[in-house]
Amino acid sequence: MTLAASVMLATGANAAPATDEVNTTGLAVTDDTVTVGILHSLTGTMAISETGSVQAEKLAIEQINAQGGVLGRQIKIIEEDGASDWPTFAEKSHKLLERDKVATVFGCWTSASRKAVLPVFEKDNGLLYYPTFYEGLEESHNVFYTGQEATQQILAGLNWAHEELGAKTFYLVGSDYIWPRTSMKIARKHIENVLHGKVVGEEYYPLGSTQFGSLINKIKLKKPDLVFGAVVGGSNVAWFKQLNAAGLTFQKQPMLTISVTEDEVLGIGGENVEGLYSSMKYFQSLDLPGNREFVAAFKEKYGEDAVIGDVTESAYLGPWLWKRAVEAAGSFDVDKVVAASPDMTWDSSPHGYLKIDPNHHLWMKTRIGKWNADGQADVVWESDVIEPNPFPEGYQ
Amino acid sequence: MGGYTGEELTAIFLMQGFSGLSLFCVFLLMALGLAIIFGQMGVINMAHGEFLTLGAYITYLVSYAASDVWPFLLDYYFPVAIVFAFLGTFILGYLVERYLIRFLYNRPLDTLLATWGLGLILQQIFRSTFGPREKSVVMPDWLMGSYQATDMVDIPLNGLLVVGITIVLTIAVFILLYRSRWGIKVRATTQNRVMANAAGINTERVDRLTFALGCGIAGVAGAAFTTIASTGPTTGSLYIVDTFLVVVFGGAASLLGTVASAFGIAQSQSILSFFLSGSMAKVITLMTVVIILMLRPQGLFASKVRR
Repeated sequence: MTLAASVMLATGANAAPATDEVNTTGLAVTDDTVTVGILHSLTGTMAISETGSVQAEKLAIEQINAQGGVLGRQIKIIEEDGASDWPTFAEKSHKLLERDKVATVFGCWTSASRKAVLPVFEKDNGLLYYPTFYEGLEESHNVFYTGQEATQQILAGLNWAHEELGAKTFYLVGSDYIWPRTSMKIARKHIENVLHGKVVGEEYYPLGSTQFGSLINKIKLKKPDLVFGAVVGGSNVAWFKQLNAAGLTFQKQPMLTISVTEDEVLGIGGENVEGLYSSMKYFQSLDLPGNREFVAAFKEKYGEDAVIGDVTESAYLGPWLWKRAVEAAGSFDVDKVVAASPDMTWDSSPHGYLKIDPNHHLWMKTRIGKWNADGQADVVWESDVIEPNPFPEGYQ
Repeated sequence: MGGYTGEELTAIFLMQGFSGLSLFCVFLLMALGLAIIFGQMGVINMAHGEFLTLGAYITYLVSYAASDVWPFLLDYYFPVAIVFAFLGTFILGYLVERYLIRFLYNRPLDTLLATWGLGLILQQIFRSTFGPREKSVVMPDWLMGSYQATDMVDIPLNGLLVVGITIVLTIAVFILLYRSRWGIKVRATTQNRVMANAAGINTERVDRLTFALGCGIAGVAGAAFTTIASTGPTTGSLYIVDTFLVVVFGGAASLLGTVASAFGIAQSQSILSFFLSGSMAKVITLMTVVIILMLRPQGLFASKVRR
């Protein structure tokens, strides 16, 4: 037993280390609480997607508090609404960091909101845990990315389709903004240069578009071995309903997406996605000890009908990774937390083993899920643990 | 067209034709109610999209009742849902005219602001009531899948339903406006309100019913769209731009213009998005409409009203 530990035992209840030792940069830490921020869109068009993230982050924080908090301090939350508006995100992050002095922030969803807050976090040396899978091409001292960057989702998924489905011709479809376009650029390079396959069509539809008749006809004419999709939001529902209605079932026309999780399926309807494949790190149905506990706790808090998608799980990781890093560092100071993070591992996270890379992304597995009519997916394949590579050479 | 057989090309031609037709029906359903209100009353109803959303939510509620409470009704709920969607939006439209619009006649810009605000309020009510997530109706079995005419040709059943609803509704509106006594009153009011009043027509009542009817049609359109897309609090705002485009391009006060303009925009968008990409098709269609409107500010079919 070390000296410090025996002193802690001796003093009993007041075991937490002194505040001026663990907080040298003036963060909102007292002798028994530490304040963190949650910054998501509670209103506006993105509220649909970000609700799950907020729920997961609050659940994780509640569980951490129940276990005694971080360095003996209970976590207090200040919740701010980015309102689906990027300048608002920047303004709120400013408020959280400068006025509230929060120790860390969990939040943002779209790349646009992350890009808007990034300069603020870098200037004030704040700490952000960002939960969405995204297009990569970014790395910051002040941000940890708990979702997949593009190559982790795309390359593994395409390799699988090439090997298991024998796909040689591909049709790329996405919504018209930066994430699908960057993703498809990487996908096309990989298909042409590595798989030596052929891209027979590549198309983007405006966000919110609900008419896919012409696109479906083109797919029928080209008969690609695989449709690779990144359609997001409400468009998804129209897209899958119309595909199905046009007789293109996924038995006839295999399709792999990087944008459909349990959350989307809830809106699309299980009967419309039966047989569809998604490339994700996480599915609610994953049969792992960490996930069984997570799903049970989530449903207990938010109801039996609640579903958990990939991003929701990424959001859940944030508070836990932060807690572990703080305790490893023995301090709330951002620089010390950042320094303590790389190479930290977590064997029993809901999606299994993960490791934080020095580039602030996670090592993790990619899985292919095949959707059932009940809105859950069966994992039909999983990769080895993949090294994150946000700046893939030859793919830009 | 390299590499495709004649059979394949025929099949695509047929399916592409149908896809253009169903887009035309979607546009027409959206624009019909708006055209009546705008054309007959000069009121710019920015909340039209929200009435459409309301119709969709009512359909969702009926489908939910059918699938969760009385499962044996699942196959038949859709006609009932359409009736409820019409009645619900008709009544709301009636009340809105009674308590909001009628104070703003002859002030078109104010109706624009007032109905825009109304739209925002309705959106927030939807969000509080149904939550921010998209809702999707449970489709009866007979509406799922497609009618397979040949090996290649698939005609979507939900598309056929939308076409059917559009035809019935359009004919009904035409009969109502051009072959009924009430229609005569409406047209008289449009052409010369003072004279119509003097001739014993209760123009206030005509206005109220016209507005309510326009909203009711939006409700039916909303019900029809649940079969092809989902419903969220902001669904209406996705449609409203296209809807105004159709009405303005067709020429206010002309139902025939609305039909022609919906057809033109739908077909060009459908064909262009087959040969180009989805985003490009939208851009080119919009540019063409703008150019034509610069040449003909009144729209395709300007009504001959003496001013």
